Amino acid sequence: MMRNIWVLAEHTDCKLKRVTFELLTKGREICAAVGGTLCAVLIGSGVESMVPDLQKWTSKVWVVDHPSLENYTPDAYAKAMTTLFEKERPIMLLLAASSNGRDLAPKLAARFDGALASSCTEVVMDGGRLVAVRPVLGETAFVRVGFKSPLQIMTVRPNVIPVAEPESPSNGTVEKVDVTFDEKDLRTKVLEVTKAAGKVELTEASIIVSGGRGMGGPENFKMLEELADVLGAAIGASRSAVDAGWRPHSEQVGQTGKVVNPTLYIACGISGAIQHLAGMKTSRWIVAINKDPEAPIFKMANFGIVANLFDVVPKLAEEIKVMKTD
Amino acid sequence: MNILVCVKQVPDTAIAIKLDAEQKSIDRSELTYVVNPFDEYAIEAGLQLKEKYGGEVTLVTMGPDRADEALRTGMAMGADKGVHISDPALEGSDTLVTAKVLATAIRGLPYDIVLCGKVATDDNSGQVGPALAELLGIPHISGATTLEVDDAAKKATATREIEGGFMRMEVPIPAVITAEKDLNAPRYPSLPGIMKAKAKPVDKKDVASLGMDPSSVGLAGSKIQPMGMSLPPEREAGRIIEGEAEEAAKELARLLRAEVKIL
Repeated sequence: MMRNIWVLAEHTDCKLKRVTFELLTKGREICAAVGGTLCAVLIGSGVESMVPDLQKWTSKVWVVDHPSLENYTPDAYAKAMTTLFEKERPIMLLLAASSNGRDLAPKLAARFDGALASSCTEVVMDGGRLVAVRPVLGETAFVRVGFKSPLQIMTVRPNVIPVAEPESPSNGTVEKVDVTFDEKDLRTKVLEVTKAAGKVELTEASIIVSGGRGMGGPENFKMLEELADVLGAAIGASRSAVDAGWRPHSEQVGQTGKVVNPTLYIACGISGAIQHLAGMKTSRWIVAINKDPEAPIFKMANFGIVANLFDVVPKLAEEIKVMKTD
Repeated sequence: MNILVCVKQVPDTAIAIKLDAEQKSIDRSELTYVVNPFDEYAIEAGLQLKEKYGGEVTLVTMGPDRADEALRTGMAMGADKGVHISDPALEGSDTLVTAKVLATAIRGLPYDIVLCGKVATDDNSGQVGPALAELLGIPHISGATTLEVDDAAKKATATREIEGGFMRMEVPIPAVITAEKDLNAPRYPSLPGIMKAKAKPVDKKDVASLGMDPSSVGLAGSKIQPMGMSLPPEREAGRIIEGEAEEAAKELARLLRAEVKIL
């Protein structure tokens, strides 16, 4: 039997997301360690333009292209995956720990009775055995898990695997698979999709500018938006800023919000409650700007400025703007 | 309307976690337990549905004896009754086994909708809701930030967050809906509610009464095998940039270019 290791390609607006290449990088590493063939699975509607990029990485690209797959729904995607699984049972499936990956993976694990490790931050080989590392207990601890199943499924957090170069030129074959959908495969109907154009998504952002209670009110976030603009950053918020109604929950960083992994996290007026730290402490670099020198956030910040953020933030934005035009 | 809400009792992660001597699992001696915060949104959604359509809210939990406290908290909020699945054989169950046990218990109950939290804050898997739906053969929507249920038309409409936006979806009910933080503001248990909760019925189940094979549950039945735990490395406090705001901002910008190399 072929030991197939599959990566489900994640894409938006007909572009592969960076996390897809992160998964391919990890998939290639696993193939090299345990033996196997790396394949990509591309599901959607009108997705052909993305095939060549996947061919550079893989021995085979499986494509399911169907109008019913234009938007992700758990039913339709699971049906597409089931059709593919029946053709050639993979031993491993890697998905992004994204809103869709985390929605689909448990459905597939239940359907195929597979082992699922979700939201992994590391996947390593330990004495010939594959071990996944995943954060638990509000990111306060990591658990190492092994798999005991012919099918191993993992969802992997975006931004945790540095992307390698593809093995181009590659001659990965392409196989299109037709799937017939009936009513029971399409129980979930998408009524509407709304997307904020040009917005940097928090969980995928490499720079985040985040504000907390110290921002004083919703109007002051304009200052952070200006800083975010010059940096190409996403905006985040602490729980207290969200609970006060200053920012939407979709921007909340922390235990009941999002866990982020940016290269740079700039915390403005955030004291650093344990639940907030849980959401951002894996950031590569942390900058804290807060007038309270005792704020816990300074204990983990690489750089701290103890000052009034209303004086610092506009100056910082200005300074960076000048630097960028240099 | 018969509304089922799956709840889990979890350690309160506002308290720092320590590991036991073998570094295999957490030191439970100093932990306090709470209802999984996301499950509170599910309970509240269930109570609102009951207020609209009548019927009953039944809480279902799998956990040791102390998990009864989580049921009592939910019943103090207004849930009518509970099902408590408890058995030493369940120790070490992974999330798929948990979903299988819950599905087995739920198959024996009448239900129009099943509500869960989006994720449990202890295990962070987010697996139980979608897996449960699959095992029950019904559709699901995970991470709902809005929910409307039309009992007459037998459908549910929910919004879920996707990267960079939102998606509104509709499913026929019965369905599993998992709750995201924005869904509602959970009510606090009232004092009369707390008193009444003590007398509300809890149906105790074990592996045998569910008709499950003990070897199919717990660590023995799990496909995910824990191999050890570790605490994240302590981050060392870095440098405080001295000086007036303008000077400090300038120095920070310089550091972002020279050391962070992001500019």
